[in-house]
Amino acid sequence: MTPNLLRRAANLPFLGRFVDALRDLSPIILVIAFFQVVVIQQPFPNLASIAVGLVCVIAGLALFVEGLESGLFPLGESIAHAFAQKGSLIALLAFAFCLGFGTTVAEPALIAIAAEAGKVAAEAGAIADSDAARERYALELRTVVAVSVGAAIVLGVLRILKGWPIHRLIIGGYVLVTLLTLFAPDEFVGVAYDSGGVTTSTITVPLVTALGVGLATTLKGRNPMVDGFGLIAFASLTPMIFVLIFGMVS
Amino acid sequence: MEFLLHLGSTGLDTASDVAPILAIFVVFQMLVLRRKLPNLRKIVTGFLYVLAGLTLFFVGLEQALFPIGETMAEQLTAPAASDQVRWQDYLLVYAFAAAIGFATTVAEPSLIAIALKAQEVSGGAVRAQGLRIAVAMGVALGVSLGCFRIVTGTPLPWYIVAAYAVVIVQTYLANRMIVPLAYDSGGVTTSTVTVPVVAALGLGVAASVPGRSPLIDGFGLIAFASVFPIMSVLGYSILVSRGTSIADEERFQSLKRWWTWLRDRKGKDKITDKGVDT
Repeated sequence: MTPNLLRRAANLPFLGRFVDALRDLSPIILVIAFFQVVVIQQPFPNLASIAVGLVCVIAGLALFVEGLESGLFPLGESIAHAFAQKGSLIALLAFAFCLGFGTTVAEPALIAIAAEAGKVAAEAGAIADSDAARERYALELRTVVAVSVGAAIVLGVLRILKGWPIHRLIIGGYVLVTLLTLFAPDEFVGVAYDSGGVTTSTITVPLVTALGVGLATTLKGRNPMVDGFGLIAFASLTPMIFVLIFGMVS
Repeated sequence: MEFLLHLGSTGLDTASDVAPILAIFVVFQMLVLRRKLPNLRKIVTGFLYVLAGLTLFFVGLEQALFPIGETMAEQLTAPAASDQVRWQDYLLVYAFAAAIGFATTVAEPSLIAIALKAQEVSGGAVRAQGLRIAVAMGVALGVSLGCFRIVTGTPLPWYIVAAYAVVIVQTYLANRMIVPLAYDSGGVTTSTVTVPVVAALGLGVAASVPGRSPLIDGFGLIAFASVFPIMSVLGYSILVSRGTSIADEERFQSLKRWWTWLRDRKGKDKITDKGVDT
């Protein structure tokens, strides 16, 4: 009776997701508990509030994964199929650019890092040390990064269409980053390297991945594993290049 | 009550993050593609799940994880007594960096998404769990090394460029099926959960170590967390594909190409390879 019930409960889609979410979060809980109790040796500050927060995180993760499978993935794939059927390259590339630019320009992590970079530049004397100058600078930097992500998705989509090998493009990009590092002002290097990491938000990643895999599945002669992945890699690489150039020019 | 208000405002924030993406999809769907989406209802429900899920997720993180993570970063990096910086004095910081890097990466929603997709596309050959653990180990190593760099004050480009060099060599050794996925996993690791905790750690370490400036040395940890997973995923794939004949053949071919290239560069150095005549 009880095992049977348990088995039936495990088959409920949502319950399974909750169990998965709990498993995904257990390392964080363990790490924090260990360092708090063993290393820092202090009691947890307001344990009740932390418990409520953890329940929220678990429920949120479970809902997110459910929505991923039923909403974001199908949306990205069906739009890829629709573009492939329509056959207009310009429309597809315009869509790719808008997707990259639109999802990046308002990204909270990017806003934070651009503001920090404004402070760095003001301290280094590259711009005037006033609020207006810093804000203008941060906005310019955000635009540069957003344009670079748009360009990255366009390049990535072109790669899928043409079947270019990804490693040449990425390695070429790395070499370019290395060369630019030699010439860019030192204060910029850290910001530039970090800007590559912050551009890919939680909603963009599934959509962009589904778009790439969808295109590679629809097109003849493309393998979804070899050609479908890689859009995110471009979106992490181009901001570094663009921000380093931005640092050299400004 | 306060909690509900917070939930509401975070929900609005999330919705405003999603709005531009949704707008782009709707505009292209209606003006360019002019087709009805199949399963529209299911997709809309899915989007609502994602919105609700991310809202709860962020609220929970802000309430449970971020304060502890930040306090812990501060406490572990309490200013050293002397002006003399010895990298050995910060062993606990490196350990914490590795542990928290691993743990936040395993819970990273973007990585879950890409791992699920990879498992589906590869027909189960790439296991979602295995990929996530490989990535998380890369982040752990990267963040830990990044903290070491901040403590020692060595230049960031050395590490990143050296890491690129390793990735390039690995790219030629690894199965080409896994290469794009490995490159992608570098970009997705640093997202919602990892960035705030890791950035706080970097700033904390830079502020507490004498002679380091948070503004200049605090940056760069995210870059470590983006490059090292590429290395660990490629490394993992090279390890597991060992012994399978196709992979060996492929590896042999790419080694041979490298060899030929090296030999051609050396010109008349008389380096010979049994398979290729000079």
